[in-house]
Amino acid sequence: MKVTLRVWRQKDSQSAGQFEEYDADGLNPNMSFLEMLDVVNETLTEKGDEPIAFAHDCREGICGTCSCMIDGKPHGPESGVTTCQTYMRSFKDGDVITVEPFRGSAFPVQRDLITDRDAFEKIMQAGGFITARAGSCQDANALPIAKDVADLAMDAASCVGCGACVAACKNSSAMLFVSAKAGQLNLLPQGQPEKDSRVLNMVAAMDEAGFGNCTNQYECSAACPKLISEEFISKLNRDYLVASVKGLFESKAL
Amino acid sequence: MILDSKIPSGPLEKKWDKHIMDGKLVNPANKRKYEVIVVGTGLAGASAASSLAELGYTVKAFTFHDSPRRAHSISAQGGINASKNYQNDGDSVYRLFYDTVKGGDFRSREANVYRLAQVSSNIIDQCTALGVPFAREYGGLLANRSFGGAQVSRTFYARGQTGQQLLLGAYSGLSRQIGLGNVQSFPNNEMLELVVIDGHARGIITRNVITGAIERHSAHSVVLATGGYGNVFYLSTNALNCNVTAAWRAHRKGAVFANPCYTQIHPTCIPVSGDYQSKLTLMSESLRNDGRIWAPLKQGDKRPPNQIPEDERDYYLERKYPSFGNLAPRDISSRAAKEACDDGRGVGETGLGVYLDFKDAIARLGEDTIRERYGNLFDIYHEITGESAYQQPMRIYPAVHYTMGGLWVDYNLMSSIPGCFVLGEANYSDHGANRLGASALMQGLADGYFVLPYTLPHYLADVPRDPAPPTDHLEFVKAEEDVVERTNKLLDNNGKQTVKSFHKRLGKIMWDKCGMARNKAGLEEAIKQIPELREEFHADVRVPGTVKDLNQSLEIAGRVADFFELGELMCRDALAREESCGGHFREEYQSEEGEATRNDAEYAHVSAWEWKGKDQPPEHHKEPLEYESVKLATRSYK
Repeated sequence: MKVTLRVWRQKDSQSAGQFEEYDADGLNPNMSFLEMLDVVNETLTEKGDEPIAFAHDCREGICGTCSCMIDGKPHGPESGVTTCQTYMRSFKDGDVITVEPFRGSAFPVQRDLITDRDAFEKIMQAGGFITARAGSCQDANALPIAKDVADLAMDAASCVGCGACVAACKNSSAMLFVSAKAGQLNLLPQGQPEKDSRVLNMVAAMDEAGFGNCTNQYECSAACPKLISEEFISKLNRDYLVASVKGLFESKAL
Repeated sequence: MILDSKIPSGPLEKKWDKHIMDGKLVNPANKRKYEVIVVGTGLAGASAASSLAELGYTVKAFTFHDSPRRAHSISAQGGINASKNYQNDGDSVYRLFYDTVKGGDFRSREANVYRLAQVSSNIIDQCTALGVPFAREYGGLLANRSFGGAQVSRTFYARGQTGQQLLLGAYSGLSRQIGLGNVQSFPNNEMLELVVIDGHARGIITRNVITGAIERHSAHSVVLATGGYGNVFYLSTNALNCNVTAAWRAHRKGAVFANPCYTQIHPTCIPVSGDYQSKLTLMSESLRNDGRIWAPLKQGDKRPPNQIPEDERDYYLERKYPSFGNLAPRDISSRAAKEACDDGRGVGETGLGVYLDFKDAIARLGEDTIRERYGNLFDIYHEITGESAYQQPMRIYPAVHYTMGGLWVDYNLMSSIPGCFVLGEANYSDHGANRLGASALMQGLADGYFVLPYTLPHYLADVPRDPAPPTDHLEFVKAEEDVVERTNKLLDNNGKQTVKSFHKRLGKIMWDKCGMARNKAGLEEAIKQIPELREEFHADVRVPGTVKDLNQSLEIAGRVADFFELGELMCRDALAREESCGGHFREEYQSEEGEATRNDAEYAHVSAWEWKGKDQPPEHHKEPLEYESVKLATRSYK
């Protein structure tokens, strides 16, 4: 199997980038997309050229590191998988494949196919947690949680933080990411005391980082490798509204 | 060098409490004056960094990932053990302790393992409070399942992604502390050297993998939570960036390395399909709860599995180990698969595979139940192989998964370099010669949440409350010079062969000679071959790019250079241990039925190796393992 790659090459965040073409020959359809890039890189290195930089680590779809835009789709043509779980059997012999990094107003490109996603960290640091000091917790079964609630929280928690939602959105919005993170914790009884401040602080951090607004097209959810539902965005909006209104009626110190 | 384990006196169940009472404390007002560097942000590192920050210490957390949440703990699938006894099935602290010591083939420290079992319950409480969405029953209580090597249901889980959920919990706590300013976060920073001043660990040298900047960081103590070294085999279930460099650099600075030959080969991985393969994917061993493992009875039977009748199948684990059956521990299951394949009964294109069959379970429970239990694992299998495990059995083969060996630590988790603490998979302490399923997550979080916060103050209390050493100290200058020299040498080498080609060749030697089965002749050969290959690497490797840019080839080159030295040490350790135990199977030492034969009279010790210089053989130290509570027995799962 043989394909032609059009790959985004960019030296660093300060430099301009451009597409370069590479032939990838002798491929096996059972190779992963990243293993195909490995083969291309070996050839480039042997020729004395600089290999294509791309982000990757676990190669089993859970660490959220890999982040290629393949033919205009985050993580490539298949639904519900990451770039590392995309296999060459999804392409045809002779295909021309365009490979770019995830892009977004808050996602600067660092080199070739690698994107800076530090803005997600700022959002998490602003409120993506439940305060629970080690050593101070009650017995885990002291607070039963209905199975459907726990399962829904688990659906939200399966977000791998890859940023495909941002890359897929025409506004570069991070609403699906924020709604998954806040949604998980807001659903659980343990997350109630900080629910309002969590939502307000995470949304503020999201805005400050330069992510765009959501205009309810849900490209994010379709591109999400974990297929996280856009329903969480609705939930986030509800939680945000409630928290904002409650703020208006907050009792003042006497 | 004398290796003092510092195990407290007194009865087993009182040791940890006594140790806490005997330990020194740091006055709350003085805690912020102590700076602690934590390298690695997996379960052990993230839980340690957040807990120490909560206590008031000034913490700096380093990871080479772009986010702490990407550490390899995230890939763990199956679950985490705890002796909660929520199932009323006879579990207890002592039973978890005993299972772990037995599972480790009686080559771990009793006191450490007992402490691990003691704090296991607190971990579940802590993670639940942080919002980890563990699986629950309809009544709202936490669900459990049994897991490889245990006869009670003590494993807590979150679908097939327990590692991710636990890490996200620890990471959320760490993020909170970063947001509060109590932890300074250094993502994208890889530790390349440890700085030792007057015999104490006082800092690290890092390289920023984005900008290429090489930096010095000083502190009063350095905590390494940098994971295992399975990638020495090139192909393993580890993430591609897992490496030994941080631990190895500490080793070269005086931290002795314990039991490097103890590596775990996981029985249920997807078989290798081609030369291009970059990693192996694990199928959680929870699958063995409902799947039955078999190989054809006849050699060279190439019929599709569904056409092989029942009486021509060999359910070899059920046959050999009737009481544990398909749940036999990992080392035993892996070797049994190898035996079947060596016997010419392997399946799949390469003949290196056996079947894991769900036909009976689907008939008994229905496809929906199986989908609910293992759906995401079946999906992964389908993505990789293009086959449906609902229709035909999975093909599986063992692969390198975890390394029980690591830097030697005492009961306080301090290495042989004072001030340098080692947590999680990076240390050697709790799993002996074989780790039981669902125990790695437990150990990482135990070390970070419930051990180090008690033992680190005991060390810091004796450290003067002066600021951390200045980074223009001679030892910092020398350490940075070493890093720069090493890096430049790799870049200026202008050889012909790629780093990856060398890594593959090293991996092949390790897998063939120091893998699932080892023997004297093979190990001696490897000890000759590895230094030769290392010389060739340093003479002919080609590393493109510059030091000042994002340069992934350079990152990997440095790691592979350290893997060469580690690989040689692993073979030396495997050669010196003339017995079979757990993950270390020496072909010369087996019973007539092919079971591992331990030699407790001569080898009931920890092998700890001291670095003596580049071209010098390491010095072999032994820490005797004394069993006060457990009677050493032949491990039987029949």
